[in-house]
Amino acid sequence: MKLVIGIVRPEKANDVLEALYRAEVRGLSISRVQGHGGELDRVETYRGTTVKMGLADKVRFEIAVSDPFVQPTIDALCEGGRTGEVGDGKILVVPLERVVRIRTGETDDLAVTPVGA
Amino acid sequence: MEVLIAQAAEVDAGDTAWMLTATALVLLMTIGLGLFYSGLVRAKNTLNTYMMCVAAIAVATITWALVGYSLAFDGTGDLVGGLGNAFLKDVGLEPRDGTTIPHLLFMAFQATFCIITVALISGAVVERMRFSAFLLFAGLWSVVVYAVLAHWAFGGGWLIERGTLDFAGGVPVEMGSGFSALAAALVVGARKDYGRQALLPHNAVYVLLGAGLLWFGWFGFNGGSGFNTGTNSVLAFTNTLLCPAACVATWMVLDAVRGRKVTAIGAATAIITGCVLITPAGGFVSPAWAIALGVGGALPCYALVAWRPRTRVDETLDVLAVHGLAGFIGILFIGFFAQVGWNGISDGWAYGNASQLGDQALAALAAPLYAFGMTYILLRIIGALMPLRSSEREEAVGMDVVYHGEEAYVTGEGAILVTPEADVDEDVPVAQPT
Repeated sequence: MKLVIGIVRPEKANDVLEALYRAEVRGLSISRVQGHGGELDRVETYRGTTVKMGLADKVRFEIAVSDPFVQPTIDALCEGGRTGEVGDGKILVVPLERVVRIRTGETDDLAVTPVGA
Repeated sequence: MEVLIAQAAEVDAGDTAWMLTATALVLLMTIGLGLFYSGLVRAKNTLNTYMMCVAAIAVATITWALVGYSLAFDGTGDLVGGLGNAFLKDVGLEPRDGTTIPHLLFMAFQATFCIITVALISGAVVERMRFSAFLLFAGLWSVVVYAVLAHWAFGGGWLIERGTLDFAGGVPVEMGSGFSALAAALVVGARKDYGRQALLPHNAVYVLLGAGLLWFGWFGFNGGSGFNTGTNSVLAFTNTLLCPAACVATWMVLDAVRGRKVTAIGAATAIITGCVLITPAGGFVSPAWAIALGVGGALPCYALVAWRPRTRVDETLDVLAVHGLAGFIGILFIGFFAQVGWNGISDGWAYGNASQLGDQALAALAAPLYAFGMTYILLRIIGALMPLRSSEREEAVGMDVVYHGEEAYVTGEGAILVTPEADVDEDVPVAQPT
């Protein structure tokens, strides 16, 4: 059981969702985050105030999966999120200690398996 | 005798006061249109979409003063006016022929029409057209298409000479922008995500507020198109209240029947559709027929708005449906239901004057053909000189950052102040945190 965290470009978020759907990975959360990962800074000017925008908008996927689904999830994130330029994002895989489905009280693998799967 | 009176006319204080106000009202419409359009696009293209309208004010005002006004309103050439008023030569404070307002004010009022028409077309190409290409297009289009159509319908060209009635711009403004928008969408091409992803409006409140400002300004647009405070102006002004209201009511019913919900963006669209419908007919049809026009005209426009996104034509903000088609209907409507009792000029087919319908039909045929054809050619020529659209990567990032170096909803988090002496190059990777 792992928590797969994928941080991708906002404009690629739909492609990632599509790839995850095709990989039959259901059940995820996303959030809008800002971050910096070595990509070029944007220089913007607001009425004479010039700034370097050090943080870029990203979308963060959080997907809890059972072990057989870890690799397909990573593949889907890479396939959907890649443009080949700096700033495509990162995938972080961390171990999960416990998962509980609130509605039924199911735990662990049962809890990360979507209903009907 | 009438001619003598017209020549002897003096500047009328009341008419001038109203036309000064109306000119400012019509200029406000372009700002309202920017708000309306920017609410309909995605957040990353907000400023670019708005800037196309703001830039239209700058570009079209200059081209209008240089040659556009003269080509539209100087002389009675069949197809195009002369250059006697180029660079605003002889446009002074004496009354403009046939009106009781200063020539200079007449020119300014007509300029605001040219501006909003140029801005309207941007709706077909937002979210992907290069800003510089749009600026060049805007400047050329305002002369080659708008000034010519304005001459036909208002300035002494062949349509107005043969008796075609167009109160406030069904020919140059509405059909001119609508059918040009279709050509522009075809030449520039669809957005890269069109048909693949849902491309949704990012702020429906902007859309409603923008539509409201447009309606407000439209009272100057239609109410000012009589150039006086007389009966036709009052009729057009009142019809600008009645027709859009009827159109919104009908649109809400259609929404409810089709999707069981009455949508806000639909209502905003209906406000503009109703205003366009009454634009050509405002000073010529009775208030009762204005209401009928709002109801009847809503149906085909609603159908086109609903159908267009299912096609491959990414005419993004539906300028064709809301302006082109509605203007077409409004022009023809005059031919059917104009009443000399209300307008003092001519009856329509329903009141025994079938020839008026013929004159209206001619305009409804010629204006779309000219607007579509010339815009198509113009954009092909510009496209041969420079790329018309942004790269896929730029489209993904959004036009605001790419062309304006600004974002509409900037937070300031992570923004590092660049002092002038720091002399920063753009696009330099920053040092990694150590």
